[in-house]
Amino acid sequence: MNKPLTQQKVLLSGNEAVAWGARAAGVCFASAYPGTPSTEILETMGAFPELEAQWAVNEKVAYEAAFGACIAGRRALTACKHVGLNVAMDPLMTTAYSGVNAGFVAVVADDPGMHSSQNEQDTRRVAPYAKVPLLEPSSPSEAYAFIGEAFKISEQFDVPVLFRVTTRISHTKESFDAVLKRENLKKSVQKDPKKYVMIPGHARPRHVDLERRLMALQDLSEKTPLNRIELNDRKVGFIVSGVAALYAKEAFPNASFLTLGMPFPFPVKLMKTFAGKVEKLYVIEELEPFIEEKLKQEGIRAVGKKPSWRCGELSPQAVKAIVKGKEREAAAAKARRPLLCPGCPHRPAFRTLKKAGVYVTGDIGCYTLGALEPLAALHTQICMGASIPFFEGMGKMQDGEKAVAVIGDSTFIHTGINGLISAAYNGAKGVIVIMDNAITAMTGGQQNPGTGVTLQGKETRRVSIEKLCGAAGADQVDVLNPYEMDGFQALLKTRLAEDKLSVIIVRAPCKMVDRSRSAVFEIDAQKCKKCRQCLMLDCPAILEGVDGMITINEALCVGCGLCKQVCKFDAISLKKKQDRS
Amino acid sequence: MKKTRKTTNVLFYGIGGQGVLTAAEVCALAAMIDGYHVKKSEVKGMAQRGGSVESYVRFGERVHSPLPLSNDCDVIVCLHKQEYPRLKDEVKPKGKDLVPYLEKAQKAVGEKKLFLNTYMLGVLSAFLDIREESWLWALDQKFKKEQQQNRKFFLSGREEGQRHDL
Repeated sequence: MNKPLTQQKVLLSGNEAVAWGARAAGVCFASAYPGTPSTEILETMGAFPELEAQWAVNEKVAYEAAFGACIAGRRALTACKHVGLNVAMDPLMTTAYSGVNAGFVAVVADDPGMHSSQNEQDTRRVAPYAKVPLLEPSSPSEAYAFIGEAFKISEQFDVPVLFRVTTRISHTKESFDAVLKRENLKKSVQKDPKKYVMIPGHARPRHVDLERRLMALQDLSEKTPLNRIELNDRKVGFIVSGVAALYAKEAFPNASFLTLGMPFPFPVKLMKTFAGKVEKLYVIEELEPFIEEKLKQEGIRAVGKKPSWRCGELSPQAVKAIVKGKEREAAAAKARRPLLCPGCPHRPAFRTLKKAGVYVTGDIGCYTLGALEPLAALHTQICMGASIPFFEGMGKMQDGEKAVAVIGDSTFIHTGINGLISAAYNGAKGVIVIMDNAITAMTGGQQNPGTGVTLQGKETRRVSIEKLCGAAGADQVDVLNPYEMDGFQALLKTRLAEDKLSVIIVRAPCKMVDRSRSAVFEIDAQKCKKCRQCLMLDCPAILEGVDGMITINEALCVGCGLCKQVCKFDAISLKKKQDRS
Repeated sequence: MKKTRKTTNVLFYGIGGQGVLTAAEVCALAAMIDGYHVKKSEVKGMAQRGGSVESYVRFGERVHSPLPLSNDCDVIVCLHKQEYPRLKDEVKPKGKDLVPYLEKAQKAVGEKKLFLNTYMLGVLSAFLDIREESWLWALDQKFKKEQQQNRKFFLSGREEGQRHDL
């Protein structure tokens, strides 16, 4: 009696489908740190009363918290973006050895094309490195269906499962029928140090066992319906995975396909069988030649893509070009450049830093936009939390020149705090600016320990960033509003002149959160000398017409008054209420 | 009910904050409830910071790729004049480009710019094989506030699209 209780027609994104699928699979615990394109997985799960979902301070903590739930005998999930998995690599590598109690799945969202990321690393390569199975859906409906399979595999083979999606799956919505049921699976906790205490004496046999588990997974990969052959026209066959499978089907609807929903361990026999059934074999995959290299290793003749296609996303059109043996052409017209929002508190902070003329080591968040002209006051951005260690290393090697580190509140809590403790311990001097807008802004406004609000919007303990900095060893901690530009400038000068490690917290709420729109400013065309100081703020609300006239867009202006502060000719003033349209 | 027709491709584009993604979502919901298989692809990332936004909606009996082939859209719906050149060639030779309606839409909504997307959805509806009741259901799903206003602007856009084939 496996009749579904109810079905519902849904239009879900890949991320929502992962969340719905996880709920149906009986997941009891989920933890993540936000990161585009993975963020909505936990946002969706946060609204499910059946399970515990939470924001962690970083991906390693998220992975470990979820793994704790798995040891406790409950199905658990962690989700992150590709670069987030780098932070969680440590627990991943060794939980592959230890194995699981209840099922454990790490969902990783890659970002081919770097829509919102600093690199486009291919997570599929992690699976053989970590020796864990890899599932890869090609659409939201598959993501929904595959998640349940991932948990079964995790439990059956005693191993964490990597579940890879990409931006195009995460942010594509698809209509399908969701089955509204929830598995109820609970295992008991067992004290099993030989499994969960990975000292060398325990880890050595677990490694041997992991190799055995991988062999068994190889057998599964050969027969699972996740890897499937569709024979049509046998002149042309494609081995495909992920969303690229659908691009290939779109471009060549009559061809034959071997779609790998479980690309690792590789179903070698199945690939050989398929290769024997078609005249010409192509392999279509985004980013790295992951499947292609395996085919070559096994002596299976297949045509792959030219190396230029390893960069960026594919598309149905791209598949046609690959089959024709073409190189990737340079990208066409540029899309609009993103800007800091009107009223964004990062804008006055960067203007002040630019005036100070210092080298600024930056970090990851909206404030990275401070690197672009005309603000152009941020000079490094590599990975989460790097600003403070970069600042420390640079400061120690530069004679007399002091760098300034810039980091946001959420990134500081993510991995910035480690850098601060280390810098203080090693006697670093200089100024660290924490741009505290009281939200994880770039990913769309998620809560964090600095806001004192949970994923579900409930009040919780709030971490005091100033106390944390003091306890970490900063000599001096100041807090001010970045809109007080004169005050910030003076303080920055003073602190830079001192032989101290200082933290300046510039604090004002993100304008996507604080929606108050108190006033609107206008420019007096008579007084305006077109000196362009206001335009240098790069505010979306300040526009230069083709006639050279500078105006303020009333609909966009939020009344922060920064333009008034920088105008030397007193040409900008509050617009009277009765004059507003 | 399953529709047996070839896949229809619609492209919505503009800039962050214009309701591009919402319009695409309404279209996708309308097609879904009308009995089609639907896929809708979008790029947002930093859209909230005023960047470009685009979304493809594809519906038919069975849709494979979330992205269509190049220059293969049956209809393109641009909500921002300056953005128009960027993707205008996505419409196929015998397809429909709704940009001639953009000025009319701006006039029709006046200062109520938030309804620009609903008006353009109305225009779009005149050129797609989706029943009016499905559109209205989808509008109500997506807009919980000002439902009457949204319906009003949608229907005037629909009338405009039905009356004038620009």
